Amino acid sequence: MRQIIEVKNLRKEFPAKGKDAIAVDGISFGIERGSITGLLGPNGAGKTTTIQMMLDIITPTSGEIRIFGKNMRKNREEILGKVNFSSPYVSMPYNLTVWENLATFARLYGVSDLRGKISGLARQFEIEDLLPKKTSALSTGQMTRLSMVKSLLNDPKLLLLDEPTSSLDPDIADKTRKLLKKIQKERGITILYTSHNMAEIEELCDRIIFLQKGRIVDDGTPKQIIEKYGRKDLNEVFLHIARS
Amino acid sequence: MKFHRINALLIRHLYLYRRSLPRVMDIFYWPVMELLVWGFLSVWLQNTDFVGEFNMVSVLLGALIFWNFLTQSQKSVSVAFLEDVWERNLLNVFVTPLKPSEFLTSTAILGAVRILLVAIVMGALAALLYSFDVFQFGILIIPFVINLLIFGWTIGVLIIGILLRYGTQAQILAFGLIVLFQPLSAVFYPVSALPSFLQSIALALPSAHVFEGMRAVLQGDFPFTTLGYAFLTNAIYLVFALWFFYMMFSRAKKRGLLLKLE
Ligand SMILES: Nc1ncnc2c1ncn2[C@@H]1O[C@H](COP(=O)(O)OP(=O)(O)OP(=O)(O)O)[C@@H](O)[C@H]1O
Ligand SMILES: [Mg+2]
Repeated sequence: MRQIIEVKNLRKEFPAKGKDAIAVDGISFGIERGSITGLLGPNGAGKTTTIQMMLDIITPTSGEIRIFGKNMRKNREEILGKVNFSSPYVSMPYNLTVWENLATFARLYGVSDLRGKISGLARQFEIEDLLPKKTSALSTGQMTRLSMVKSLLNDPKLLLLDEPTSSLDPDIADKTRKLLKKIQKERGITILYTSHNMAEIEELCDRIIFLQKGRIVDDGTPKQIIEKYGRKDLNEVFLHIARS
Repeated sequence: MKFHRINALLIRHLYLYRRSLPRVMDIFYWPVMELLVWGFLSVWLQNTDFVGEFNMVSVLLGALIFWNFLTQSQKSVSVAFLEDVWERNLLNVFVTPLKPSEFLTSTAILGAVRILLVAIVMGALAALLYSFDVFQFGILIIPFVINLLIFGWTIGVLIIGILLRYGTQAQILAFGLIVLFQPLSAVFYPVSALPSFLQSIALALPSAHVFEGMRAVLQGDFPFTTLGYAFLTNAIYLVFALWFFYMMFSRAKKRGLLLKLE
């Protein structure tokens, strides 16, 4: 099983007054084990919807999602135990300390060495000194790092990240990228993530899937895609596709 | 003082009142519910010859403590869910392998623990301040308390379903819905003190049977039929509430609302 994710004819229409809104319009792709894939596309392209369908937070209208070779909806519990997710648009209980929050999630995932796991990851993401603090006291960037630590608690084999670096300062964003790359190399985690930062995508991704209006308009390595459109960098390719 | 500035603020309040259910409820709902409860109680006290049969301290304080069991149980469910919504934590929780049934079970246990604590605190204070005898009910009261736990939990689950459907604009229900049940549940007075059309509604509520049962236990009876009705009506509502919750949960997933609830 080399394909960690297999998506077939995935489609999502949100019920709406009048005509239903098509967020994802019949996409198919596979993702290889140990790869970092960037899902990119303009606002409203369907990136978040796609990721949430993989987490069983949004139910697809039709199509199939297989993760680790198994049907997502029929094996939800087993699959979610080995997957994790992070995004700045989710938060954690403000009135708990950072440690208490992490301990809660570690318990939800049934992590055995709770203390060791939390302190190890906290060190890597430089939030060790924040552990006793109230979560409400965290800055946006610190919150993002906390959320990243949370997403690694269960040693996921697949990590889904929705704009993980969008609120980080350039220094922390750079560190986070390096850390992601390192963790991915060491543990062979498969990462699927979205970002609007084209330089970051070029730096990190083995492959990009370009979504527009719910459809895949391009798919390949950053280099291939830049060459195909004959542009200087991914940013220009993005502008070209988004405006055409 | 300039009137136009005062006026500006008043008009702003008017805008808010037009749109804000909690503010409107402050005027109409809470006071009316309180009026009904105290109204029925006063009328019953005035007309009844039974008062002599009851130890009023036991009836009223006992009822008040029991009523708090119901509200505690309901709130522990609804507020546990609301807190995850307020804190935008719902997604984090539901991308773990956690099942909705496990989420609900944890709130039920939380409700039971809170009931126990409420019982201890209120019982001790009532004993200390008003010589209320906590143990006069004996263990016969336990099955009735269990019914209050279940009914509170059922209403709590129902409210989560409504929150999943209508979002946090309905969150006032988490605090207000239970109050609607207070006059109908014949907490402080017998069901017979209600007007007849309300009596039939009351008899459809497990809580009314519990409070009837509580008064019977105080008189030294053990009302099996009343207890039976409490369990029976509870079972019906519980099944309905769970069904409704699962329907709304699945609807929320279809509409992508778990992400958007705020
Ligand atoms: N819960 C919902 N109900 C109705 N329509 C929705 C819902 N969620 C998303 N949509 C619509 O589906 C489309 C795709 O949205 P999605 O959030 O997946 O975009 P995205 O690619 O993540 O965009 P962004 O870059 O802005 O995050 C948009 O047109 C959006 O309006
Ligand atoms: Mg998005």
